[in-house]
Amino acid sequence: MSVLVYVEQVEGKFKKSVFEAVSYAKAIADQQGTSLSAISIGNVADTELNELGKYGASKVLKVEADQLKNFINQAYASVIAEAAKKEGANIVVLSNSFSGKGLAPRVAVKLKAGLVDGAVELPTTDGGFSVKKTAFSGKAFAVATLTSENKVIALNPNAFGVKENAASIAIETFNPEVKASDLTAIVKEIVRATNKVSLPDAEVVVSGGRGLKGPENWGMVEELADLLGAATACSKPVSDADWRPHSEHVGQTGIAISPNLYIAIGISGAIQHLAGVSSSKVIVVINKDPEAPFFKVADYGIVGDAFEVVPKIIAALKAHKA
Amino acid sequence: MKILVCISNVPDTTTKITFTGDNTEFNTAGVQYIVNPYDEIALSRAIELAEDGKGTVTVINVGEAATDPTIRKALAIGADDAVRINAAPRDAYFVATQIAEYAKSNEFDIILCGRESIDYNGSQVAAMVGELLDIPSISIIKKLDYDGSTATIEREIEGGKEVVSVTGKFVASCAEGTAEAKIPNMRGIMSARTKPLQVVEAVAVEEVGKISKFETPAPRGSVKLIPAESAEELIGLLHSEAKVI
Repeated sequence: MSVLVYVEQVEGKFKKSVFEAVSYAKAIADQQGTSLSAISIGNVADTELNELGKYGASKVLKVEADQLKNFINQAYASVIAEAAKKEGANIVVLSNSFSGKGLAPRVAVKLKAGLVDGAVELPTTDGGFSVKKTAFSGKAFAVATLTSENKVIALNPNAFGVKENAASIAIETFNPEVKASDLTAIVKEIVRATNKVSLPDAEVVVSGGRGLKGPENWGMVEELADLLGAATACSKPVSDADWRPHSEHVGQTGIAISPNLYIAIGISGAIQHLAGVSSSKVIVVINKDPEAPFFKVADYGIVGDAFEVVPKIIAALKAHKA
Repeated sequence: MKILVCISNVPDTTTKITFTGDNTEFNTAGVQYIVNPYDEIALSRAIELAEDGKGTVTVINVGEAATDPTIRKALAIGADDAVRINAAPRDAYFVATQIAEYAKSNEFDIILCGRESIDYNGSQVAAMVGELLDIPSISIIKKLDYDGSTATIEREIEGGKEVVSVTGKFVASCAEGTAEAKIPNMRGIMSARTKPLQVVEAVAVEEVGKISKFETPAPRGSVKLIPAESAEELIGLLHSEAKVI
């Protein structure tokens, strides 16, 4: 019995969400009185793999086969399931990223495992193995009790945090056999904006709504986001009107996020929008309507015209940083 | 070309979520049910592909008889026929197994789902169906083109997109951007009444877990209002009080 964590690499590097998954998996391994191994697929330098030791992984299996250079969930799921069998792991942890969402269900089926996706807390083990997860798009939480011997948990970003827990780590090359039928999907192109913070990973998010009146007014949203190292987001009417791309839409039918700080500018706070952002740790609302429902869930509120308020905040932030 | 679209019956997006039975069951009193909004996107893209390539669109739902109105709504949007697997949708693995079983005995070229259901937010069924059928699955897509044998798909990744090509059968889960959700017209609503809706009994599936309890988020403290004239004070508060910048 042991715990295995899949460490998703992006261009040979691990993101914070991976170190969170390793920290989380290490805490489960400690709970279970066992050790933590990691599985890395694709080309990652040993110096980067060694970083996993800081968070408690005592071993990492590295898979560098050329045919697995790009993410193919079907093939990666086979490799992870093989790694779990090799390590005798009955609990597999991964990050609930876009790729993780395509991977975890396939791993779970292969291992005949129950799957908890969107986990937000460590499992509790008194009276069954139970994990709290988001449900109803942020309007509630559900506690899933897994009864299968094997278990797969996909951890939400920004839910557990990174916890240092240094272990000495051994790197081991792993060469599982990959079936040709697992490799029929072909990655043609990857387009990634490397100069921007991605929304699901962001610790700070600045979001704009219809109150901004048009796409030409997003300059101040982007400036504020840049100064904060934040990702930009928007409400549904804004993406529906094509002012901003759909990938920025947060809310019940968009992306659910839980950053440390969410700043909503000109968003009234419809129930569907609140569902997607209510697990943010601190919420700031700027709206000219004092009756906007968003103020009811905000930590800080400013009733005023965004076009006057936001430039003041930008100036104050520049002064603060200077 | 035969397309299968998986639809979930979910509470309307405006629903206030409450629970009964000491927080063990979702309170369905007064709740309006709808086709899961992402599944509508999947269905709309399927209908467009079928129009282009002269194919058929079948919708499948795992649910009890109470979900028939939701299935009829999908037929009104433009699906040709429907199948209901007659069982409560216990969890994603149960649902995926039912869909995979049905798909095994009925040849489909493409199986589409929504990116997730807005109740349990699993994003699980599409990839599970892919695994059970041993065919590719692409999760959270925002564009799908199909030339009759090869699909070119854009899927969402953090901070960008990935373009994937798949030849042969596949499963995909659709997000916003894949299609504009179609709204049923009067002719669609009329014809939906007489379109075939087949009811199939469920197969047995081993239980791997269950939802044992629900929780509602802790209420937030009251808002601290900052006068617009001194909006700059926000930065100091975020730094020294909230400690988030």
